Amino acid sequence: MTDTTQTTPETTVIQRGPLELTMRRFSRDRASVIALIFILALIVIAICAPLIENATGHSPIEQYRTTGLSEMGLPVAPNDEFTLGTDHLGRDVIVRLAYGARVSLLVGVLASLAAAFIGLTIGMIAGYVGGATDMVLSRLMDLVMSVPFLLCALALVSVFGPSLGLSVGVIVFFSWTTMGRVIRAEVNSLRRREFVEASRSLGAGPVSIMLRDILPNLSVPIIVYTTMMIPSAIVFEATLSFLGLGIVPPTPSWGGMLADAATNSIYLVAWWLVVFPGMALLFTTLAFNILGDGLRDALDPKARPVRMSRFLKKAGKAGKP
Amino acid sequence: MPILETRNLNIQIPTEDGIVQAARNVSFEVRQGELFGIAGESGSGKSVLTQAVMGLLPNAEITGEVLFQGKNLLTLSQKEMRSYRGARIGMIFQDPLSSLHPYYTIGSQITEMIHAHERVSADEAKKRAIAMLERVGIPNAASRFNSYPHQFSGGMRQRVMIAMALVLNPPLVIADEPTTALDVTVQAQIIELLNEMRRERGTTVIMITHDLGLLSSIADHVMVMYAGNRMELASSNALFSQPAHPYTAGLLNSSPANYTPGAELVPIPGRPPSLIHLSKGCVFKARCPQAQEICANPPPLRIFNDETQSLCWLEIPASLKEKQNTLAVTSQVDMVTAPAKVIEARNVKLSYNLGGPFGPGNTLEVLKGIDLDLYKGETLGLVGESGCGKSTLARVLAGLIPATDGSVMVEGKSLQALSGREWREMRKRIQLVFQDPFGSLNPRRRVSSIIGDPFRIHGVFAGNRRKQAVQTLMEKVGLNPEHYNRFPSEFSGGQRQRIGIARALALNPELIIFDEPVSALDVSIQAQVLNLMRELQQELNLTYLFISHDLSVVRHVCNRIAVMNKGQIVELADAESIYSDPQDPYTKTLIAASIHTPNTVVAQDRQLIRSIPGEAA
Repeated sequence: MTDTTQTTPETTVIQRGPLELTMRRFSRDRASVIALIFILALIVIAICAPLIENATGHSPIEQYRTTGLSEMGLPVAPNDEFTLGTDHLGRDVIVRLAYGARVSLLVGVLASLAAAFIGLTIGMIAGYVGGATDMVLSRLMDLVMSVPFLLCALALVSVFGPSLGLSVGVIVFFSWTTMGRVIRAEVNSLRRREFVEASRSLGAGPVSIMLRDILPNLSVPIIVYTTMMIPSAIVFEATLSFLGLGIVPPTPSWGGMLADAATNSIYLVAWWLVVFPGMALLFTTLAFNILGDGLRDALDPKARPVRMSRFLKKAGKAGKP
Repeated sequence: MPILETRNLNIQIPTEDGIVQAARNVSFEVRQGELFGIAGESGSGKSVLTQAVMGLLPNAEITGEVLFQGKNLLTLSQKEMRSYRGARIGMIFQDPLSSLHPYYTIGSQITEMIHAHERVSADEAKKRAIAMLERVGIPNAASRFNSYPHQFSGGMRQRVMIAMALVLNPPLVIADEPTTALDVTVQAQIIELLNEMRRERGTTVIMITHDLGLLSSIADHVMVMYAGNRMELASSNALFSQPAHPYTAGLLNSSPANYTPGAELVPIPGRPPSLIHLSKGCVFKARCPQAQEICANPPPLRIFNDETQSLCWLEIPASLKEKQNTLAVTSQVDMVTAPAKVIEARNVKLSYNLGGPFGPGNTLEVLKGIDLDLYKGETLGLVGESGCGKSTLARVLAGLIPATDGSVMVEGKSLQALSGREWREMRKRIQLVFQDPFGSLNPRRRVSSIIGDPFRIHGVFAGNRRKQAVQTLMEKVGLNPEHYNRFPSEFSGGQRQRIGIARALALNPELIIFDEPVSALDVSIQAQVLNLMRELQQELNLTYLFISHDLSVVRHVCNRIAVMNKGQIVELADAESIYSDPQDPYTKTLIAASIHTPNTVVAQDRQLIRSIPGEAA
C-alpha cells in the first residue's frame, strides 16, 4: 500500500461536491443501477407503445378472432405472430403490456407526486407550528390510516363509477399519510436546530424559515419516500383494476390483465396470461423499491465501512502499466 | 521494562475519499506508573492511536509493533485481545453519557465487567463494585448501585466510568479526553481523582487531550501529535518550559492560558492538512513560522540530552515567544466620556412552568433577577458553568425569548413594548454568533445565501449588489471571496465560524452576542478567530457580549467579566480585578479550577546528542 503513496505523493485531495459524491456512491451500488436501467427501459417502452403497436400491426384493444384464438376458442401460446401470446379474447399480450405500462407509470408517478405534495405540506405545518395544530393534523393522519382501504374504494366506485381519475384520487387519499408522518417528525427536530434559531434572530418570518431553511434539508426524505411510494401506488392501481374498480376495460392495465386471466380459470391453459403481466408488475415494484433503497444509501451515508481491498485492487491495476 | 511500547506504528484507514494515513511511524514508550499525555488538535490521530492499541480498528491496516508487558498486541487473536481489554487495559471515554448503557443500572454494568473476566459469585462482584464506587467518591454507593446512568450528573457519571475502568485493577488505563465534556470545577475534581487512584494503585495512565494546559500540571511525559506524526516527545517539564518543536511552541503561544495582559495571541496560520495525501516532507511545513526549503524532505529525529525527541530539521530548539508587549492593544473603553448604554437589563426573571396547564404550578426558575448594563464599545464576558442560564440570558437580551419579569432596554427602547415591525427592525441592531459552527449554518444552503440572508430578509440589497456586499463581508472576515458558491461542509470549523461572524456583521449591528464562539475549535484556530473578533471590534466600534465557560479565553478578550451561578450574577468586575482579587467564593473556585500552573523548572542548557535521518518512505 505504501507503494501508491510513494508514487503519487503530490496528488492533492479532490474536493467532491455533494452531488458528485452521491453519484459515486450510487454508481457503486450495482443493484440500484440495474433497477434504474430497468425503470428507464420501462419508461421507453411505455412511451414507444404506439411503435410496438405498429411493429406488430396489432391494436391493443382489437380482437384477432381468426389468428389470435385457436379453433377451440382458446388463447394462442407465444408464437411468431404473437410474441407473448394472446388473451382470452384474442388480443395481443405484448401490445397490451406496453400500453398497460403507461397506465401503471402514469398512476404510480402521478399519485405519488400528489401524495408527496400533500404529505409534505401537512407534515411541515404540523411539525413547524406544533401545539394544537400539530395535534389536529396528526390525529387526522391517524384517522386516514385507520380507514379500511378496499371498503372505502368499493363504496366510492359504486357511487361515482370507475375511472382513471378516481383511482388516482383514492390512491392519493390513502398514501399521503406515511410521508406526512415522516416529514412531521423530521421538521420537528429540524426546527430546534441552531441554524433555524440563527435565521429567526436575523428577523426571518415563519414562511421564509420553512421554505428556505427547512425545506432544502428535507430533500432526502422527500426523494426517498416518493420513490418508495411509486411501487405501492402501482400495486394499488393493479389491485383496483383486478377488482374491476380501476381502469375501464378495454383499456389495458396490468391489474386488469391479471383479472382477465383469473376469470374462468383461463390461466390453467394459458400460463402466459399470468406470468407476463405478473412479472412486469413484480419487477417494476421491485425496481422502484431497490432504487429507493439505493437512493437512501447514496444520499445518507451512515459511515459504512470501506474495505482496504478496494484500494488494493486499484493499486494493482495502477501497478500494471 | 516499559509497560507499553509502540514501535513504528503505521495506521491506514480506508474511507470513501481514499486512504487516511492516521498514524505514521509513531513510537513511544510508557513507563510503569507514570502519567503519559498525548496531546494534539482534533484529527491529529491521537484517539485512533489508542484504538489501534486496543484492537478496535477492524478495518484498518496496522503495521509496526505494540508491546504491552512485552507481548505484541497486534498479533493476538480477537479472543485473546478480549481478555486484555478491560482486565489489563482499562478505558475511560470522553462522553460518559453515551458510553454508559442507558438501559442497565450502573451496578449491573460494573458487575458485568467483573463477570466477563473473572469467575466470582454475584455477591462478591457486587461487594467489589460497591467498594469501588465508594472509592471514586459516589456518596451512598450501596443505595446508588441500582441507579441508572441518567440519574447521575455528568461528573458523577465520569466517576462511574472511572470505577468501571479500575474495578479489575488493570495495570494500564487509557483515558480519552476524560474531562472535555465536563465543567471546569468538575474537571478539576476528576483529574484529581484520576491522579489519586494512580498513586494509590500504581496504575499507569495514558491521557489523551487537546488541552495542553491540563497536561502541564499532571503529566510525566508528553507526546505531541500532528497529522498522524509524533512531533515531539519529552518530559513534561522540558516540553512546557522549552518546547523543541515549532508546532509545540505554536500551540503554547496560541493558547489563551498562556496569557500576558494586552498581548495578542499568536495563532498558528492555516489549518491542519488532509491526511489522505500527506507530503513526504515535514507535515507542519505549510504552517511553520520557521519553515525552510529543506523541510520538503523527511525531517530527521533529533534527540537531545534531556530525553527530548523532536521530528524537525531545526537543530536549535524553537522557543516560546519573548514576552513582547509591542503588540499591546489598548482596547480599554474610555470611561471618562461615560459611553452610552446599549443594553440596560433590570431584574430580569425567566421561569418555565413544569406542571402543565393543570395541576399545581411547578415552576423552574432559570433567571432569578438579573441586572446588567452593557456600554457601547466594550466587551463584557459572561462566565458560568453549563446550566447556569448564561445562554438563556443572552437570548432574553437579544429578544428571542421574552422575559417573564423585569425589563430589558435596548438603546433606550423597552423590548416588551416593541410591535412586531419594530421587533424586526431591532433584529438589525443585535446579532448572535453561535457556539456550534456545524449546527448554526444550514448545511443545504450555499455560503452566499447564508451570508446574504440578512440582506434578503430585510430587503437591503438585491441581485448583483447583494453579491458584492457578501463578497466584501467575506473578505473582511478573512475568507476567500471566490468560495462564494460553496456549501458549509466544504469549510473547516474555524472558517465556518468566520461565516457566522460575517453573517452577524452584515447589517452593521450595534451589539454582537457571541455564544461560546470558540469552544468547538482547536487552540490554534481559536486564536485566529479571537484575533479577528478583536480587529473587527476596533475597526467597527462594536459592542460584544461574550459568553464562555473558559475563563482564560474570557480574560483575554473582555474588559469586564460577569460571573453567573444558578441564574444569578454573583460577581461583576473588571477583567483583571476578577483574576487578581476575586470576591465571591464561587468565582474563587472557578478561577482555581481553570488555571493550571505548569511545574516548570529553570530551563537547562540543552544539547543535541543524536539525530536520526528521516526515512525516505
